Amino acid sequence: MPEVPAPPRLRPHRRSLLAALGASGAAAVGLSFGLDGCAEKVRRGTNGEEAKLNFYNWDTYIGKDTLKEFRDATGVDVNMSLFANNDELFAKLRAGNPGFDVIVPTNEFVTRLRVADLIQPLDHGKIPNFRNLLPEFQSVVFDPGRRYSIPYTWLVLGIGYRKSKMDGVPDSWKWLFDSDRYKGRIGLFDEADDLVRLAAKYLGHSVRDVPESLLPVIEAMYVRQKPNVRVFHEDNGQDLLLSGDIDIVLEYNGDIAQVMQEDDDLAFVVPKEGTLINSDCLCIPKGAPRPDNAHRFINFLLDAKVGAEISNTIMYPTPNGAALALMPDSYRQNTAIFPPKDRMAVSEYGDFEGVERTHLFDELLTRVKAA
Amino acid sequence: MAENVEEPWSRSKGMFASLLAGPVVFLFLFLLAPLAIIWGYSFGHTQGLKEIVVDGTFGNYAHALNPLYLSILLKSFVFAVLTTGICLVVGFPVAMAITFAKPQSRAWLLLLIMLPFWTNLLIRTYALMAVLRTQGYVNVLLGFLWGGLSHALATLHLAHLGAFHPLDLLYNNFAVVLGLVYVQLPFMVLPLYSAMDRLDRSLLEASLDLGAGHLRTLFQVVVPLAMPGIASGVLVTLIPSLGAFLTPDLLGGVDSQMIANVIERQFKAANDWPFGAALSFLLMYVTFAAIALQSMFTPKGGRR
Repeated sequence: MPEVPAPPRLRPHRRSLLAALGASGAAAVGLSFGLDGCAEKVRRGTNGEEAKLNFYNWDTYIGKDTLKEFRDATGVDVNMSLFANNDELFAKLRAGNPGFDVIVPTNEFVTRLRVADLIQPLDHGKIPNFRNLLPEFQSVVFDPGRRYSIPYTWLVLGIGYRKSKMDGVPDSWKWLFDSDRYKGRIGLFDEADDLVRLAAKYLGHSVRDVPESLLPVIEAMYVRQKPNVRVFHEDNGQDLLLSGDIDIVLEYNGDIAQVMQEDDDLAFVVPKEGTLINSDCLCIPKGAPRPDNAHRFINFLLDAKVGAEISNTIMYPTPNGAALALMPDSYRQNTAIFPPKDRMAVSEYGDFEGVERTHLFDELLTRVKAA
Repeated sequence: MAENVEEPWSRSKGMFASLLAGPVVFLFLFLLAPLAIIWGYSFGHTQGLKEIVVDGTFGNYAHALNPLYLSILLKSFVFAVLTTGICLVVGFPVAMAITFAKPQSRAWLLLLIMLPFWTNLLIRTYALMAVLRTQGYVNVLLGFLWGGLSHALATLHLAHLGAFHPLDLLYNNFAVVLGLVYVQLPFMVLPLYSAMDRLDRSLLEASLDLGAGHLRTLFQVVVPLAMPGIASGVLVTLIPSLGAFLTPDLLGGVDSQMIANVIERQFKAANDWPFGAALSFLLMYVTFAAIALQSMFTPKGGRR
């Protein structure tokens, strides 16, 4: 129905709305009021810690009743504040932990936080539900043995598209990065790291250790492609796709899976060259005031039923095998949520490769935009 | 200034000091101190992931003066000047209309100008997106009119117009300037209004009586008298436009990067605070230059 004007879409997603607000302030207010305001009457749990927990999470990234159920089970009140992206999380912790007990950084930021000495090792003795995790997630390259991080979800970047506007399935990065076939209808993600590394992947290289000699080639490709691109989006690609502003977009699978529920004409594909895998992880920052509650909370989130309820709400792939077993087929068989095995086989986790690389990639994107 | 005050402050220094202490402390703690820290950062570099070492280097400024960043600064300046110019042209008649409106309706008109401030900027920007997007209100209305016209012409066997192609109103530089004008217009209208409100009406009558036309009266009497209002309106429109990042982020296309977007990325994604600080201060120096220019063009007191 092209006649109906799309309403302004303000439904918050994992990243978009807060990111646009630049909302470091909004989340901080909730926290500072919640933190130490009630010193006169401290309620203690059985473990001797104050019966409270400060959870710093993405927006729309928890089950509807999860926090309430945790309180019913343990008596611990969870105070959840929200961040819009990893950069905000890092900026908040960089000057010292303002009182968070559990945080949810993405894998590369797990490395970054560990290098910066901002997260603490986990006590696996307090997380028996760890065995619920699928074997491939119990030890990963960015955190062997899971000493610092417990996987909460995983996600991949791929191509979201409008089926009726495509010539076949756009199953290569070519259609986003290196072709004028969908001129003026392309949306790219405004993240220098992702754009550079996925371009390297398209050019047949790994997403890790992209050689500097390849950077001018990537830059030239994006400058060439720029006239065909409609917009660099702020992780609201799914909304632009749904509203018909663009027809093909670089986005996360979970975001596209959410809008696919509203519009049958939308689909998601992981390109044949493979992609970048991300994983959002539960970590305990250094200086967490209630580390024991933090471990109990992490263990609780790994419970099969709790995990299934979360997946039902957020539609991101779960690394929790026991939770997955409880999910309906509409989730388990959804190829947007779980891309085919052969595509996953050629996909990789990214690495945090030092802050100089970040500067280099950022300036590359600045040059592309100014070209 | 001092001679206008009824009792010179020198006679009640204690009173003056106690009144001034609050604002001075506030200004120092929340404006000057943070600015000084950022200024200090601009002479440092990032060590590891979280330390900033201030070692007096000029490397960040040297990097910021690279043609890439200067060209982005220039582009931001073009956007800001264009925005200010449009605001002035649109805002001047509006301010004049309010000035000459009936006193009882004037308050309502001013309220209408200020009404948008009651809504968050982000919400207003999203609303603008809903208006401009491919299937937004403008394109839907145009499509409807086009359809009607096309149908009428076809039944009269005059012509076939073909299908309606929606206009690309969003994600380009046009949308950025439109968005900036939309946001900044009240900041132009209010100072213009306050300048024109104080204007002595008898001067206009004298000008008209002495044979000047309306246009000549406007440009040779009203505009010079409203000059202080114009100057401050231009300033409070130009500077925020120069530093806008939300508008180009949400409404802009692939070519709409402004300097504030680059600065924001240095503090977030790129994690290079010293360089971001240097870019911010570069922008600040440009702003100071604009203020200096303004004070040169503002007529000195006593013209009234």
